[in-house]
Formats: sequence, structure tokens, C-alpha cells
Amino acid sequence: MQITSPGFKRNATRALGDEQLQKALGHVRSNFIDKRAAAAAALPEFEALRDNAKAIKDHVLENLDIYLETFEERVTAQGGNVHWAATASEARGHILDICRKAGARSVTKGKSMITEEIGLNSFLEKSDITPIETDLGEYIIQLRGEHPSHIIAPAVHLNMDQVRDDFKKAHTHLDANRAMDEPEILLKEARGVLRDRFLNADVGITGANFLVAETGSSIIVTNEGNGDLTQSLPKVHIVVASIEKIVPTLEDMSQIMRVLARSATGQEMSVYTTLSSGPRRPEDPDGPEQYHVVLLDNGRSEMIGTEFQDMLRCIRCGACMNHCPVYHAVGGHAYGWVYPGPMGSVLTPKFIGVDKAGHLPNASTFCGRCEEVCPMRIPLPKMMRHWREQEFEKHLSPPAQRRNLKLWAWVAKRPTLYRLATRIAARGMSVLGGRRHRLGWLPVASAWTKHRDMPTPEGGTFMAQWKGKR
Amino acid sequence: MSREFILERIKSRQKVDGDDSDRRRAVEKRIAEHAPGILPAVPGTRVKRLKQFIDKAEAAQASVSRVSEQSMGKALVEWLRDHNLPAEVRMSPDKRLDGLRKQAEKKLTIKPAPGDGSDIVGVSHAECGIVETGTLALTSGPDNPTTLNFLPENHVVVLREKDVVDHYEDIWPRLRKRFGERKMPRTLNLVTGPSRSADIEQTLILGAHGPVRLHILLVRD
Ligand code: SF4
Repeated sequence: MQITSPGFKRNATRALGDEQLQKALGHVRSNFIDKRAAAAAALPEFEALRDNAKAIKDHVLENLDIYLETFEERVTAQGGNVHWAATASEARGHILDICRKAGARSVTKGKSMITEEIGLNSFLEKSDITPIETDLGEYIIQLRGEHPSHIIAPAVHLNMDQVRDDFKKAHTHLDANRAMDEPEILLKEARGVLRDRFLNADVGITGANFLVAETGSSIIVTNEGNGDLTQSLPKVHIVVASIEKIVPTLEDMSQIMRVLARSATGQEMSVYTTLSSGPRRPEDPDGPEQYHVVLLDNGRSEMIGTEFQDMLRCIRCGACMNHCPVYHAVGGHAYGWVYPGPMGSVLTPKFIGVDKAGHLPNASTFCGRCEEVCPMRIPLPKMMRHWREQEFEKHLSPPAQRRNLKLWAWVAKRPTLYRLATRIAARGMSVLGGRRHRLGWLPVASAWTKHRDMPTPEGGTFMAQWKGKR
Repeated sequence: MSREFILERIKSRQKVDGDDSDRRRAVEKRIAEHAPGILPAVPGTRVKRLKQFIDKAEAAQASVSRVSEQSMGKALVEWLRDHNLPAEVRMSPDKRLDGLRKQAEKKLTIKPAPGDGSDIVGVSHAECGIVETGTLALTSGPDNPTTLNFLPENHVVVLREKDVVDHYEDIWPRLRKRFGERKMPRTLNLVTGPSRSADIEQTLILGAHGPVRLHILLVRD
């Protein structure tokens, strides 16, 4: 996929002026936050489960090499195959090999961010194999030639009228004058079109939410049932999963499962959680004859032992972007690569380089909401700061920004001066903000205030308030 | 080889020395013990737990009928009629469904599973029900083909009260007993309500690629 992260500022400006997008983003702002809050509040053990989920993954990362070997051994014992891929291109190679050996012409796909990461669809197309996305959101954006704008709601940037127009264009075998003005009707239409594709596919490709070392099982979590048809109908099932998806036991998986759906969609449990272990057994009447797991590293092992190791606990629930004011304002495509939102701002510089993605960790208000809601307690703001520091050290940020930061650092290191400066600034801003208590323009941050107002500080500086409270 | 490359790189980053026998022992122990973690509280009495199972399943838009061993067939026929569905079902060969088969065969055409994707109603038998979230656990195999859980538009699942357990963690010991330690059925489906999508404007719609309706026949002990 084409990387547009270096143009984040341009992307963001465009996104802010895009009416369709702004309307669609309203659904993110209003929907996800309340549902997650209600689900978390309804489970008294939720916070303790988050702690435990974090502890499980930390333990796995300390022993990842051994858990991977154990997982491989179990998959093989059940008649499956494990393929190791250090890079995206190696993973694509494994997948193509398996497809070629199966004589595959068409491949159905369950929703998977990892196949986005390795750019699988365009690669398969170039090799004369047709990939068919079967998750409704993924299907819609595939028709549009787009990429997901959200890791669990890939078409969240679209409105119904856009989907209707796409279906009209694509489903030419249907009556051109059919009724199409309800989401129900559009869903039914997609179900009908895709049912045949499911039944005729040669290979099914899914991602995995978890890999269980104890039993060599791969797990997918979905609501539509498309992942299950993808993996149970064709002769060959390929699971593409990154190495950090491992959990030790079925019990450990159950713990993390409890925080996954609640954090993602606010459901207590997604509709379908499916554990697959090996190919169909001799006595089985259905299921795939071949079961392959492609284990992708793609630079993840390099994060172990660094300040970014915590990011490997991520279970891709999407809560961080659902609660991010920057994501709310500009949507996922502005981030310019596969992973958007706060988790993307940490991951993207790792994958495509901080020289290209340096804007992302800077595009943060550091409000801390992402870390507050992350079920795996990943310190996202801290890691974004690490990138900023690295970028700063490499002198990649623009000279003006460097000068301002240096000035701030110089002042900040001198407490009396800092207090004086902030007091003057706070008063000045509050006078300028007037009765609206909003500032439409700030001297050193005009780019920031171009599209939003800065609330004026009220009641003196933090230091002054803190002293007063004591 | 990428396998060795990846494993070596992990090891070098973990800052562990050459001898990993302690870590190996710890991993083996953790897997052998498979200790449950935090279990959400469930109601104190059996009656209340069954009620929670039903409430949660219904909250996930499934429907539940409580039936006796003798009234399963009647309940199935009535449910089909109430929903204007044809008197024809695709049924799993599971022996635990023999009673239902006998009771219903005069009123319904019963075809053996798996189907070909064109069936309107499928009937399966569940391994467990889970109180915590109103979830069904179904295992694949000759008794209950897994595709039957997804292809028909309507899915009827027979569940025995004695198989209703509190937590997901109660499923695993049962499977270990039936299939052996560290073994699993080819597919285990945990199903909570009928299929759905919210991909168009975040509007929740039932009946995506899997069933539009999920009906549970909960059989009294
Ligand atoms: S970083 Fe946390 S909140 Fe964001 S997707 Fe990953 S697990 Fe979810």
C-alpha cells in the first residue's frame, strides 16, 4: 500500500474539510465510548482482569522463543504446518506457495490487519489469484479500492449512501431499480453475493486473535460469521498471525478474551469465538484438508528488550483510537499507513521508519485517554514520547519546532522562570480568550489552532493551584 | 532459516544467557497446570445461574425455550411454525438428538447434516452453555458438523441443563477429559447470539453471514 504518513499534515487538513468523513466519524465519537464504559462498569472484575491480561502477555514476551517452539510442536502434532516468516515478503511467498500447490484461483479472506500489513491482496492479484474480502466492512472498502480506516471497523469512514452507490456499481447482475435505502437491505445483498464466493473458494485465509501454545490452536473472534465460513469451507485454511499473538493456555486465553470484546465494541462476548486445531480429522464430515499457520515477525522481535516491548501486548481491540481526539478529528486514513490512532502512532514509525512517520507520534494531545482505556495497559503516550525523542535526536523535526522545544526545555529547567512564564502566559491567554474561554489562535501553535480552539486556562497555573490546595 | 533467525533474535533481545532450562521448566509447568485466573462472580444458586444463562443469551438476541426430554419435538415444530419456517430441517447425527428426531419425524422432514449451503434450518447439539455470557460451546466432528453452525439462516441448538457451566474455564477440563491433555477437537465454536454486523454507519443488524436467528432448546434434567 502507498505510504502517505509523511504527508500527515496535508492528510489531516483534507480530512477536516471532508464533510462525508466528518459525518461518518460522528458514529465513532458517539458509539464506541459509551458502550465500552457500560461494559466495563458491568463487570466488577474488569480492572483486575486487565492487570492479569497484561501479566500474561508480559510472561509470554519473556519466554516467547519457547512458547513459539511449543506452539509449532502442537500444530505439527495435529497434522498442521507452521511456516516462519522474518519479513513481509517471506510471508507473502509462503502464502503464494500454498495457494499455487492447491491450484487456487480464488481465495476468501476473513478480516485481518496482518494481511494488510504485508500487502497481501495486491500481491495475490498480481499472481492471478483473486482475493475476496468477506467481512462486510472489508468487502465494501475492497470494492472502493481503499484500505481500512479502523482496525475493527474498516469502513467506519463511510456513510450509507456511499455504500449504496458502490453496491449499485459492483452488483450489476441485480435489478438496477431495486430498493437500497436501508442498511439491512445492503447487508442482505452482500450476504447473497458472498455466499457463492464462500462455497467456491479454493483457499481461505484468516488472521488470528490468539495462538494457544498448550494446544496449537488458532483463534478468531468475529461477529458476522464470515471468518468461520472462510476457514471451514475451502480445502485449505491459512492462518496468518504475528509472533506476539501467543498465549500459554486455554485458561490464559479466556482471561484476555474477557477484556477484548468489552474494550472493542462494548459487547460482553463477540458472537463467534472459534478455536481451530489442525486440519479435518479422518472422521470429520467437514473442515479444511490442510491447515497452515504463517508466523510473521516483520521486526517485532527487535522490539523485545527495548522501550517498545510493551506494544507487543496489543490485542488490536481499537479502544485507543475510539477514545482518541486526534482520530476523532481526522479518521484513520490520515495516518497514512495500515495502523491508525495511538497504537498506529507507535507502530508505524517502527515499520516504515521514523523519518517517514515522525508526524504521527507528534500528532497527539497527550491527553492520556488511550492509555486509560487500553485493556493491556500499554503506556502509549510514553512510547510516543520515545519516538519524539528519537526523532529529535536525529534532528528530523523542523528547525522552528526544535528551537521552540529547546527554548521550552531551557525555561523548564529553571523553576522560577518557568513559573513566571506560565503565569504570564496563563493570564494572557485567559484575557485574550475573553468570555468564550476559547482561543482561536496561539502565537507559537498557529498550525494547531487553525482547525480548533484552545480552551483558555482558568484559575492560575497548575503549580499555583497545587500549592493552594495543600 | 527464518525459524532460527527469529528465535535467535528473540533470545538475544531477551538478554538471557545460553542456559534456558529454567525458563523451559517454567513454561512446561505453566502449561501442565493451566491454572484458571480471575473468574467473574456468578449467582449463588443453580436456579439463578440458569436464569442468568437465559437472560444473557436473550440479551445477545438469542431465544430460549425450556423443554422437557419429551417435549423437545413439539417445541421445535412450534418454533418453526411461529417463525413461518418450512417443516424441513438439517439435523446433526449426534445421538443425543435421537429423542428429538423420533418426536419430530412425523411432522418434519429431517435431513442428515452437513448440508450444501442451501438449508433454511439447522439443528445441532451443544457441548456446554456458559452462564457468564449466555454462550454456547459446540465441538466439531462427525456428530456435529461445524458448517451447520453457520450456513443455515436459522440455527436451533439443543442444550442440556446439566451441561450449563459457569465460566469458559469450565469448558477446558471437559475437553481435556474427552480428547486428552493438550488436544482439541478440530473446531470449537463459542457462539453468543445470532450473527450480526455494524459495519454500515454503526447500525447493528442481525443476520450477517451466519444465522439470522439462534434458538436454544434448554432441556430440563
Ligand atoms: S494499544 Fe491497547 S487499546 Fe489500542 S488496540 Fe492495542 S490493546 Fe487495544
